[in-house]
Amino acid sequence: MKPEPLLDVAELSKRYGLKPQGSPVARLFRRLKKGPEAAPRLHAVDDVSFAIGRGETVGLVGESGCGKSTLVRLVARLIDANDGSIRLAGQELTHHSARRFATRPERVKIQMVFQDAGESINPRFSAFDAIADPLKRLRGLKGEGLRAKVEDSATRCGLPLELLPRFSHQLSGGQRARVGIARAIAVEPELLILDEPTAALDVSVQVVILQLLETLKRDLGMSYLFVSHDLNVVRLLCDRVLVMYLGKIVETGPAETVFGEPRHPYTKALIAALPDANRPASERLRLSGEIASPVDPDPKTCRFAGRCPHAQSRCREAMPTLLPLAPGHAAACHFPLAGRFP
Amino acid sequence: MATPALLVEDLSVEFRTRGGVVKALERVNFHVAKGETVAVVGESGSGKSVTAYAVMGILDPAARVTSGRAVLGALDLLQADRHTLAGLRGREIAMIFQNPRTALNPIRRVGDQIADVLLRHANVTPNAAPKTAIALLESVGITDPARRAKAYPFELSGGMCQRVMIAIALAARPSLLIADEPTTGLDVTTQAVIMDIIADRAARTGMATIFITHDLGLAAERADRIVVMHAGHVVEAQPKAALFATPRHPYTAALIAATPGSTSRLADLRTIAGGLPDLRAADLPACRYAARCPRRLALCAQPLPALDAAQKTALACHNPLPVERAA
Repeated sequence: MKPEPLLDVAELSKRYGLKPQGSPVARLFRRLKKGPEAAPRLHAVDDVSFAIGRGETVGLVGESGCGKSTLVRLVARLIDANDGSIRLAGQELTHHSARRFATRPERVKIQMVFQDAGESINPRFSAFDAIADPLKRLRGLKGEGLRAKVEDSATRCGLPLELLPRFSHQLSGGQRARVGIARAIAVEPELLILDEPTAALDVSVQVVILQLLETLKRDLGMSYLFVSHDLNVVRLLCDRVLVMYLGKIVETGPAETVFGEPRHPYTKALIAALPDANRPASERLRLSGEIASPVDPDPKTCRFAGRCPHAQSRCREAMPTLLPLAPGHAAACHFPLAGRFP
Repeated sequence: MATPALLVEDLSVEFRTRGGVVKALERVNFHVAKGETVAVVGESGSGKSVTAYAVMGILDPAARVTSGRAVLGALDLLQADRHTLAGLRGREIAMIFQNPRTALNPIRRVGDQIADVLLRHANVTPNAAPKTAIALLESVGITDPARRAKAYPFELSGGMCQRVMIAIALAARPSLLIADEPTTGLDVTTQAVIMDIIADRAARTGMATIFITHDLGLAAERADRIVVMHAGHVVEAQPKAALFATPRHPYTAALIAATPGSTSRLADLRTIAGGLPDLRAADLPACRYAARCPRRLALCAQPLPALDAAQKTALACHNPLPVERAA
């Protein structure tokens, strides 16, 4: 039997209710004509299942608006799901609302590093306060114990102790990123969720932060869920990848295989869009059209069908499910691309 | 040599701030030939955008051009008066900005914003302008252009706003396009499409393009030539292939080694020691990279040789990497 994964997410969905279209009068007429109608709903995350093993780094990629951020906020228990379960080390986390979860002892086990540390840190907190805040709230530390823990966490993240009294606007981008990481790891989480931690950084700083994350994972034995739109960074850092399109996971597998021989046409298009000096831009696969609307999508149509170069009539008759194609590699496509090995 | 579309010579720009005078650009030299795409790359604070703003004449009031010229055709843009510049901008030189949503007017329909440029610069009659605007939207790959022309910027996605901005920039068929991080913040799929549109226009009209980016990978794919900037200096310029095969300046080499490519492993990526020098300091070193440089010599305190803006290559280094690099 396989060891139990650290995080097990099953059939997770999040839908947002929207205001009905049209004026009140128009709505009344519609009701009289067609009977009562359900309010339109935006399917941000739709029936998503995945697992993360201990010590594993899983990358989550996809275009903006595909539901990446909603998914990680669900997993971090910052917002409530409509359906599905989230189990961390066998313990169900969805029994408590996100609001209640914030004060529960399990809160320390999942921590998050946000995209722009400059905006996610309270501007009236010094670096010390920012790192100390979760320790005070979740671990109840104070006084000398608190100071020692903050300094330990800052040192681990390569933040010089003399910078601790500074406010976030007095720090450089790289230093701010370090504060954001230091405060997340201070309470010693088991799962660290990283939402585009290096998107705002220059390449020279990005390298340092990525290498820091790699070291921290090794030293502290954490698992990572790493969200990024930069596929090159995901390839460097992640063991496994989840590719998301319009609220659905369309492909998952070992990073090397997914990038090397993508089976879903969307993954292939995503990789083809990466700049590559060795291949003329004109020879590449291009996605035409815009991403479809996530408001009440047709449950019988593949969400990618409108942009897919290989779409056939069956793609508009049945939603493909995530099917295994090789060990650990699955794609949600009726007509998956050929793998390199039969 | 063919006359360059734009020649920037000895350009120096200072900002007066409360903390002192920031020497943002010092003797910047480069050129773009007709039909050529030149990428200006460097980290934040390297002076990429300031260079573009100086050429466009839209620098912040606190900035002062202390030396140099920017020659477009026969005209020095830095000496031109406001009216001349206003006549050129949009007609001869156009610019695409980083964040399309903030650069567009939020309270006017995008079709009207394109029509403005057509009326002002392209000799289009008021009756024909809306139609031409729709045709332009179609030419940048916007589906259902007639409906989208009536949309406000907030109703469009980031990629669509950027297409609208490109339509505005290209409306009067400029001979020089400055694109300042045109795809930062957009998805890779959208980025590819946007860059295709720009490249296609450049190829068809012989437009010169200055393409400012921090993404070396994107520059490698899209530019003919790359100009590398660091702390307000041009440190190196080379044709694309040569720059990646044999980077001569240690900073260029470091930048390439820090960029996550498609094959490298995390452990293979190299970090760049230190940060940018304080550009307010009165005694800035001759080479602003010297403090970070692993190849620093005593000689590096000496002034660097002046660069020739008309040359296709440039190198500001006393101890460059040898051409034949040991692998």
